[in-house]
Amino acid sequence: MNKKTGWAMMTVGTLALCGLLALAACSKKENAEQSSGAPAESTAPAAAATPIDPATVATVNGTVKFDGTAPKASKIDMSQDPGCKGANEAENVVVTGGDLANVFVYVKDGLGSRTFDAPKDPVVLDQSGCKYHPHVLGVMTGQTVQIKNDDPTTHNIHPTPKDNREWNESQPPSSPAIEKSFAREEIMLPVKCNQHPWMKMYINVVKSPFYAVTDKSGKYEIKGLPPGDYTLAFVHEKLGEQDQKVTVAPKDTKTVDASFKAAAE
Amino acid sequence: MGNRLKAIETPYNRAHHAFAIFTACATLVVITAGALVTSNDAGLSVPDWPTSFGYLIKVPHFVGGIRYEWSHRMVAGSLVSLTLAIALWTVVVERRRWLRWLAVGAFCTVVAQAVLGGLTVLLFQPPAISTAHATVAQTFFCIAVAIALFTGRKWVEEQPRVEFDARRPSLFTLTLLSIFVLYVQLVLGGMFRHHGLSWWPHVVHAAVVSFVLVWTAVRALSVYSRIEAVRRPAILMLSLLITQLCLGFTAFLTRVAWGHNAAQPELPMVVSTVTHVAVGALLLATTVILAIQVWRHVPVAFEERVPQAQQDPSAA
Repeated sequence: MNKKTGWAMMTVGTLALCGLLALAACSKKENAEQSSGAPAESTAPAAAATPIDPATVATVNGTVKFDGTAPKASKIDMSQDPGCKGANEAENVVVTGGDLANVFVYVKDGLGSRTFDAPKDPVVLDQSGCKYHPHVLGVMTGQTVQIKNDDPTTHNIHPTPKDNREWNESQPPSSPAIEKSFAREEIMLPVKCNQHPWMKMYINVVKSPFYAVTDKSGKYEIKGLPPGDYTLAFVHEKLGEQDQKVTVAPKDTKTVDASFKAAAE
Repeated sequence: MGNRLKAIETPYNRAHHAFAIFTACATLVVITAGALVTSNDAGLSVPDWPTSFGYLIKVPHFVGGIRYEWSHRMVAGSLVSLTLAIALWTVVVERRRWLRWLAVGAFCTVVAQAVLGGLTVLLFQPPAISTAHATVAQTFFCIAVAIALFTGRKWVEEQPRVEFDARRPSLFTLTLLSIFVLYVQLVLGGMFRHHGLSWWPHVVHAAVVSFVLVWTAVRALSVYSRIEAVRRPAILMLSLLITQLCLGFTAFLTRVAWGHNAAQPELPMVVSTVTHVAVGALLLATTVILAIQVWRHVPVAFEERVPQAQQDPSAA
């Protein structure tokens, strides 16, 4: 190789790198412009919702228990960011007196070809104390998720879905809420903050409004269910899924409880 | 004789050699910084690239994962400049054509590495690309170390002591096999760290790596220990292998056995894993140096093969 060839190759290499940097910078700017404002993931116009007779609807409620000794909550060390002053325990298995919180309960099967309109009101996901509130969230396909930052520090919101589009955006303190929606059904879609590695939560995207998340006392309630035979799924981020069959008559109120055991290590 | 004359043609340039060593050391710093990013799960804490929160240089709010990711970007950017400088310097002062090619190759590699780093961010860390980023980093480190070796006084001025190797497999073949198994191990480790593969292929392959490297080191030390240029890297390779196995075991305990339920990356896991990556890079580079020195000092002896017909006159 003569010196001229060497010079030429390095010049080409440098120019290629500069060009790539410029291209990436431009494309990021365009992406940023596109994502501000309206939800990024548009959904195809949905078919008209199947009408439900409000006079016949039923309710399913119950309690989810944890069978056995509850695992000790993992400790969180927030010292790497002075702006984080939240509770220092992880929420992956929250058990209070045997009641299991953060279980997503939804009608997995039995609704047939019914369709449902996504609610106009957004679901709010708040970041405060360097934690996500709530830890487990339910939302309908196409419904807006409004993400707020109430912390005096920057977060980044990074869902890692299997069936929806992945995105990663930072949100400085006092900045406007980020609004997003998810086009496809997906259960226990993980969301994390790469700046604060303990910050994790799960979004559950479903096509029907028949879902609930158990509270600290392990209780849930699903209202407005048309009479029929259904499969009810209880899903926990660490303990897995359980399915139960339930039949509801008009104006019925059925109690369906569930119990989880510690996951095998 | 021809080799000797060529060696005399190339003058030793102390400043050039020192800068090559500095570049190689800086590469190890960048690899360590990259390992800190992965171990702290901070790879996507700065969501944009090539800018960082919209700026190329401006220091962001230095908290959480941003500290690791932004620092990695800055030291990596500095390494691109260092590589450009060493490549230009080599093209200008170096008389050996193949070394000028190697310097240009180093620059192309660091550019490719920067592109892979950008793709890792923009495509949300796909395991294959993140692993390629980790593998090319160590490849670049080997190139930087090789440039430092080739520009050194010993390489330039020394008349190499040569002993022909008639054993099969030859020591040179063994060093190449060592480099190959280390690369496979690097890919398996990278895939595990980037959640593309379970831990067990990396752990099982560690036994293969140990066997091949010990075989190579034992051959080098038992047969060619008189040659200092072979003995030294062979001893270092063996020492680094033992250190690396201990670190790997510690990293396994802290990450897989004890740390799988942790809410966040914990310090013992981060320290053991980052050290495991850095020592892994040193082990690969040492093995490459050993291969180069074996190629120089212990060339493979070939038997002259006589055609069958000439060996057996009765066959005619």
